[in-house]
Amino acid sequence: MVNWIWFLLILFGIITAGVTGNIEVVNKAIFEGAKSGVTISFGLISILTLWLGIMKIAEEAGMLRQIGRLLRPLVGFLFPDIPKDHVAIGYIISNMTANIFGLGNAATPMGIKAMKELQKLNPHKDRATASMSTLLAINTSSITLVPTIVISIRITYNSANPTEIVGTTMIATIFSTAAAILLDRWYRFKNIKNK
Amino acid sequence: MDFLTQIITGISSWIIPGLISLIIVVAIWKRIPVYEAFVEGAKDGFQTAVQIIPYLVGMMVAITIFRESGALQLITQSLNPFFNFFNFPSEVFPLAILRPISGTGALALTSNLIATYGPDSFIGRLASTMQGSTDTTFYIITVYFGAIGVKKTGYAIKVGLIADLVGIIASFIVVTLYFK
Repeated sequence: MVNWIWFLLILFGIITAGVTGNIEVVNKAIFEGAKSGVTISFGLISILTLWLGIMKIAEEAGMLRQIGRLLRPLVGFLFPDIPKDHVAIGYIISNMTANIFGLGNAATPMGIKAMKELQKLNPHKDRATASMSTLLAINTSSITLVPTIVISIRITYNSANPTEIVGTTMIATIFSTAAAILLDRWYRFKNIKNK
Repeated sequence: MDFLTQIITGISSWIIPGLISLIIVVAIWKRIPVYEAFVEGAKDGFQTAVQIIPYLVGMMVAITIFRESGALQLITQSLNPFFNFFNFPSEVFPLAILRPISGTGALALTSNLIATYGPDSFIGRLASTMQGSTDTTFYIITVYFGAIGVKKTGYAIKVGLIADLVGIIASFIVVTLYFK
């Protein structure tokens, strides 16, 4: 799937530009894209270093295991194949909590750390596991309950009621997250059957 | 600013300092060498970021070509009649297409829509809700799998994109009903 998406984005873009006589734009876009890939990665260095450090303290203090135990029913339902008391659970919950509060800067490093822990349980290192896909499903559907960035934009443009969209965002998020979890379940069991 | 806004902005500026304080206080209480633990965890940061570079460069090149070449506009225009049929405002439609592909692009477009049509217009509210309730699927998949070197991503992209679609439809329905 990812190979086809990548192929189609590039080819469709180049053909469109060629037909409309904008091929120069593509030349620029190719190198701009490569540059922004590096820029974004480098932008991640500071937040990854900071949060991986902070979360290591939480891990050594036993706090991650503790949250994992507290929310075991939920995590057990969503991630049935992670062993009980595994530290990945603590990172997954941290990632979900950061998402709920709209803290994208903290959510990404915690999610990446959770993926690293899940990778330790992965028998085929180049292939995604069911737990990884579930974590991705939750993240891509965005479980944000407090959309902090949107609220701040609304404040900037003098909204009479900047937070009036919190309710609508919450409901829409519940729908998209429910859809993601249901679909993830469906694929998970379809894959087990096919094995 | 209304009361709820004050509470939310107040709490959100305290979350991160509060969380960091909580973690170091509990750790010191448990006799953990906090600074040493921090450095131990933090040393993976650089390497992880560098490991993501090939994935992100590959994806960003494809996305930038698609966005800048006019292909994105072409798709938006050709699907316009379909969206008009459902009374989905054509001004917000590019955001629906851009949202899963480009995080910064979508955020810029949302700001632009709010600035142009006003935060309290239907378009402003719809753009706000869509921006908040969906996420940049391509970026998340690229970065999360890139960090651990997984190339065979399976069904994760499909799930993410369908969830985005559900989020967009739900935003439209909820905003329409709620602000009637």
